[in-house]
Amino acid sequence: MAKQVYYEDVEVGTEIPPLPKIATTRMLVQWAGASGDFNPLHYDEDFAKAMGVGAPIVHGALKRAWLGQLITDWIGEEGKLKKLSCQYRGMDYPRKMKTMEEPQEGETWWCKGRVTKKYEQGGEHLVECEIWVENGKGEKTTPGSALVALPTKAKK
Amino acid sequence: MTEASLITGELQKLIGTTLDTVVFKVEEGAIQRYAQAIGDPNPLYNEPDYASKTKYRRLLAPPGFTGWPVKAQRLSERLLKLLLKAGAPSKLLDGGVEFEFFEPIGAGDILTATTKFDGITERQTRLGKTLFITLETTFVKQQGKLALKSRSTFILF
Repeated sequence: MAKQVYYEDVEVGTEIPPLPKIATTRMLVQWAGASGDFNPLHYDEDFAKAMGVGAPIVHGALKRAWLGQLITDWIGEEGKLKKLSCQYRGMDYPRKMKTMEEPQEGETWWCKGRVTKKYEQGGEHLVECEIWVENGKGEKTTPGSALVALPTKAKK
Repeated sequence: MTEASLITGELQKLIGTTLDTVVFKVEEGAIQRYAQAIGDPNPLYNEPDYASKTKYRRLLAPPGFTGWPVKAQRLSERLLKLLLKAGAPSKLLDGGVEFEFFEPIGAGDILTATTKFDGITERQTRLGKTLFITLETTFVKQQGKLALKSRSTFILF
């Protein structure tokens, strides 16, 4: 586990350590089963074409869950996630599989974020962040925001 | 000439009302499978022994996970039927979500999810006639404490 981040450690503009992810067709199947989202849009070529998105796309909720990991990895067990939101703006297409376990060459997605505001309220040390998932071309397909409460060194 | 709105009186009357209430248990295995599907190795979501020794005292669910099946985070079937009856387009996309977290959710919790029809707007987009539907769901734990509030947007085009 990374070392605990404290309120005093962050300033407006501080970057959240980025989290790389590789979406694969295999991962989308796994996500469908774990999340209960069996929309064929995410695994059926013909259906996805008829829907006008060209090919099966990555579940928005999976990208949202990646952003959740970005934040909870960063704030650690002492931090508290209070709000998380994102919009599924751009379509992302998973890498196909080369072997049972290994994906083909292709895109890597990056979950990123930066601090936009910090303030104290109701006895909590709050930090607002803009967060997003960026595709291999550097486009923000899934922009969002998060509000977290961080521990403070002063109380230690 | 203006085209007739798809938002019929019947739909208008539903805004602000409760669409569904479901009660379900958050299971340990479901949490682990969800964490694995994200690719999140956090021991709080994966290792019951580790998690039981933390302040959460049980396997914790990753943010936004409210148990399987997650019908509470879907577009209500009742609403979808009404929309289609009113002539709404049938292609559905997930538009986004806003979560507000109040209490941690973990293995063994029994949640009551109540979904309210928050609103609907109709716009002409590059996809053609498009409907944006927002639902608000509250997840309340067995002790009556509000754990999570979510606001989801669904797009019909």
